Amino acid sequence: MAQGWGLGALFNLDHYGHYIQWHVIQISVANLVVIILMVATFIAALFAPFPGRRNRKGSK
Amino acid sequence: MSNAQIERQWTSRLRHRVVEKLPPEKLLPDTQPAYVASWIYVFGVTTMAALGIVILTGTILALDGPQWWHSSSLGHFINSMHLWSVEIFFFAMVVHLWGKFSMAAWRGGRSMTWVTGGVTFLASILAGFTGYVSQTNFDSQWISTQAKDGINATGGGAFFNVLNLGQMLMWHIVLLPLAAVVLTGLHVIMVRVKGVVPPFEETTEVSA
Repeated sequence: MAQGWGLGALFNLDHYGHYIQWHVIQISVANLVVIILMVATFIAALFAPFPGRRNRKGSK
Repeated sequence: MSNAQIERQWTSRLRHRVVEKLPPEKLLPDTQPAYVASWIYVFGVTTMAALGIVILTGTILALDGPQWWHSSSLGHFINSMHLWSVEIFFFAMVVHLWGKFSMAAWRGGRSMTWVTGGVTFLASILAGFTGYVSQTNFDSQWISTQAKDGINATGGGAFFNVLNLGQMLMWHIVLLPLAAVVLTGLHVIMVRVKGVVPPFEETTEVSA
């Protein structure tokens, strides 16, 4: 493998993926984490205050 | 040629129609409605920004090809940029989809905006899939040999052979990026023509 620039993942990714299984449902931990992050981002986007919103006047 | 004759030309008629539907101040507006000042409205443009990086890094990868992106540090870096911009692209697009679904963004004659967005999503999934099977590594071999059974079960394998690297690569770097970019352009034009969907009206009525 070619030498990198010293950059790498924050934690070790050099292993087989972990999976969660519940009856017929099986999902990788990586995919589950992404889905949880998307849901968290969606909820945060709905409720987090937007910069300058109070000072903004309706333009249309 | 008289003015009347000029006005009857297809170029004049098309120009008038385009300007009437999408005047420059609507195409590139200086202001947005107050309700757009919310984080939920930023994910569409985030998706487009990520798409720009995807196209740029994909173009760089195409210049030197698989041996370069598998064996050099810079190739690894650009390859990773391509992957992670795709991750951000889909992440932002899904949050954008949830946001627009929750506000029923097809209201007010915006059905074509919704449809072009939905079709862009489907084309992007296919673009992502053909990218995974075009990596030219063991991962792409595994994905394509697993996927072939599913696609063959639909009968689609006769036209779309996931074990054919040349075909998958052409779909990935020509047909599907073209579809994604053109559909995104149409989607944005529809948003500009119809405007950003407003929030639901508040109501004080209480049903009995």
